[in-house]
Amino acid sequence: MRKLIGAAVAAFALSLPFTGPASADDKVSSFALDNGMQVVVIEDHRAPVVVHMVWYRAGSADETPGVSGVAHFLEHLMFKATENMEAGHLSKVVAQNGGSDNAFTSFDYTAYFQRVAADRLPLMMQMEADRMVNLKLTPEDIATERDVIIEERNVRVENSPAALFREQKRAAQYLNHRYGIPIIGWRHEMEHLDRKAALDFYKQFYAPNNAILVVAGDVQPDAVHELAKEIYGKLPANPDLKPRARPSEPRQMAERRMIFRDPRVTQPYVSRSYMAPERNPGDQKDAAALTLLASLLGGSPTAYLNQKLQYDSQTAVYTSAFYDGQNLDETTFSLIIVPSEGVSLSDAEEAMDATVAQFMKDGIDSEELARIKTQLKAAEIYARDDVGDLAERYGSALAQGLTIEDVQSWPEVLQSVTEDEIMAAARDVLNRDRAVTGYLMIDEKAPTHETSDAPEVTPASQPASQKVTQ
Amino acid sequence: MKMTAFTRVLTAGVVALGFALPAAAKVDVQEITSPGGINVWLVEEHSIPFTALEIRFKGGASLDAPGKRGAINLMTGLLEEGTGDMDARDFTRATESLAASFRYSSSDDAISISAKFLTENRDQAIALLRDSIVAPAFNDNAIERVRGQVLSNIRSDVNDPNAMAGRAMAEMLYGDHPYGSDESGTIESVTALTRDDLVAAHKAAMARDRLYVSAVGDITPDELGRIVDTLFADLPAKGAPMPDKVTPRFDGGTHVTDFDTPQSVVRFGQPGLALEDPDFFAAYLLNVTLGGGGFESRLMQEVREKRGLTYGVYSYLADRALSQAWVGSVASANDRVAEAMSVIKDEWTKMHETGVTPEELQDAKTYLTGEYPLRFDGNGPIARIMANMQMMDMPVDYINTRNDKIEAVTLDDVNRVARERMDPDKLTFVVVGRPQGLSN
Repeated sequence: MRKLIGAAVAAFALSLPFTGPASADDKVSSFALDNGMQVVVIEDHRAPVVVHMVWYRAGSADETPGVSGVAHFLEHLMFKATENMEAGHLSKVVAQNGGSDNAFTSFDYTAYFQRVAADRLPLMMQMEADRMVNLKLTPEDIATERDVIIEERNVRVENSPAALFREQKRAAQYLNHRYGIPIIGWRHEMEHLDRKAALDFYKQFYAPNNAILVVAGDVQPDAVHELAKEIYGKLPANPDLKPRARPSEPRQMAERRMIFRDPRVTQPYVSRSYMAPERNPGDQKDAAALTLLASLLGGSPTAYLNQKLQYDSQTAVYTSAFYDGQNLDETTFSLIIVPSEGVSLSDAEEAMDATVAQFMKDGIDSEELARIKTQLKAAEIYARDDVGDLAERYGSALAQGLTIEDVQSWPEVLQSVTEDEIMAAARDVLNRDRAVTGYLMIDEKAPTHETSDAPEVTPASQPASQKVTQ
Repeated sequence: MKMTAFTRVLTAGVVALGFALPAAAKVDVQEITSPGGINVWLVEEHSIPFTALEIRFKGGASLDAPGKRGAINLMTGLLEEGTGDMDARDFTRATESLAASFRYSSSDDAISISAKFLTENRDQAIALLRDSIVAPAFNDNAIERVRGQVLSNIRSDVNDPNAMAGRAMAEMLYGDHPYGSDESGTIESVTALTRDDLVAAHKAAMARDRLYVSAVGDITPDELGRIVDTLFADLPAKGAPMPDKVTPRFDGGTHVTDFDTPQSVVRFGQPGLALEDPDFFAAYLLNVTLGGGGFESRLMQEVREKRGLTYGVYSYLADRALSQAWVGSVASANDRVAEAMSVIKDEWTKMHETGVTPEELQDAKTYLTGEYPLRFDGNGPIARIMANMQMMDMPVDYINTRNDKIEAVTLDDVNRVARERMDPDKLTFVVVGRPQGLSN
């Protein structure tokens, strides 16, 4: 998706609501401040709690080559001092008020949030607005926090062969787009991240016209609007903010395959990911078809791969199909098979491919599709129980180039998808010439350790969550 | 097979959920007794047309019979795999058609069932749920399939440094007691389980004498009473006896499991306190200052913020049904972990000797009393809190008195408890990795 979000929002130099509450059930309102900051308010008055989030349209895929990990590094450094607050002040104030706070970085965005009693909202806004423009970094901050992110990389990646495998596989998937580079960064580049790199990223991307404010909970939209105007409205827009344009992928001309061996692996598996289109503003049909395809193939115990490979043949102990259409740019559709004991990875892969081929012949079980659609409808009801999740839904979508209308029409788009459309999407996407297939294997030759009955791996039930937290 | 999210606040908070629950929120809890005599806590919330129902059977995997480790875990995994004449697929299809959600899990202390169902087809959903609880089929093919999944999970954890550290710590502290081993069992024990073992596990662990139920949502007391009778009337009245309590063996040493991985994973701890202990809240407040999950804790400040030795370091009071411990975790690169452990030991000693400052105590109180009402923010969360409270024998009015108990703790109390109950000599470390420069 290549929409000129920053520019588009900046052009909306209005402080009038441009969308009203979407429906009686979904108490969402939205407006923009004069400086281009977009604001979304979601009402939920069941508990006196508010979630306050600021999302920047800047993630690891917006980094400059050579400083991978800087988006996430900056996210950590945002908890250091500002011109007006000492280091750690924000988290301390949140804790003193009984709240919680954190932040996370993804390919397409960086977000900061606090969850507090609703009457503390103004304080949260003041502190968040302050660090949007007044960050002050010392050389000691840089050195210490760089050690912290390297330890974070150790936790998430270096200590887990499955995570290393996913990282290598993703790098093979994207030749040109920065989705191929880990959010947390390549270790050799992380070791040299410095103050300048962090501040460059900060100055380029942290500004109200590149940010989205989401306030969800026991609040009134008018009051939030007034507060936001008063606090965030004072911040200057960045006039030099550029449209978000990233390098796109070249034509893939050959199937890619990789084998990753590690002595720590104990549960081998096969993972396949195909390049696939993402949700685009006003154009979500293909993504909806792929979402349903993933459910039909591997989303539940009654899905096609599960039935054929776990129930009928017991070839696998686990199968899954996964698709996340919410990305700014081209995404992937993934299949995973964890073979039963005694089944080789190549036999498992062959069985998976044969089963997918059979699915293409059989077509869709209409009752299964109807059940999936029923569940999706109910999911909208259950979703209203967690206002934090709703806040994340809107914040991430807007940061990834979608609109509020897209978020609100998504459930209807899903309901409207036909069997033919799903099969057409399957034919387009399930093509090995546009895919990477990876084997995660035990390294038999490597020296073993003393724990006699050892080996590991998290057969990712789904590709691990693509975000990294503070 | 779920990836754990690393949010510093959540890691400790989740553990804390087991014991230090609910407080000063606008929660109107009704204690009701069903016509059949089952006690249930209810919060009516009619604004969204669904109900969250939380069910606990106290005892959980600790009720595994000798030599049958993993039976209760495997049995719980089979509850949704077919009932009566429905096979696993029929059951799943039926559940999906109703858009109901049933989640079954077991832990050392309980079997937990979390159900959500829509108002429009509630009775049908309850009929399905009832069959899965009372009349699971334990078909042979389902047993083999789920056994394969469990074995795969066990294999996956064998070389996971976090799981390894957890197992090493449990074994050291609890030996042959059920707490001393993983509730999933071993490759050998799970492979040997028979259908009879699973039927016995079901009888032992899912009986009415250990049942706790709560509901939040679009349902009235009368409807709820009728539902719980439907769900549980046909369970046996009495299950297996609870295992004995156990005292964890903290020897004050450092125990290393050699494993070739770049970052050492560490668990540490000393004896803990139970909720009934008069000093519990003082210790709970001390722990907030020590390593209670926020950036502000002394351990986070000293190990992460000042020295950059780790991504996260936490401590918490683990008040479990049969044992109490005061434990924590940290992970650092092999060449830096010795320093991280040394800082932790120093901080433990320092707090033991000199306690906390009035400001630290005030900050901890404000945090705990402010955070408590924020937990009650959804049907699901409230139902979970209430079920756990019941299982821990906490009265409904704990929700209203809990913050007062925290406010009542004085500086003298916490600093006395620091002297009397924190014990650096017993502070014991378990390390998995290739740590460099450890003295013992």
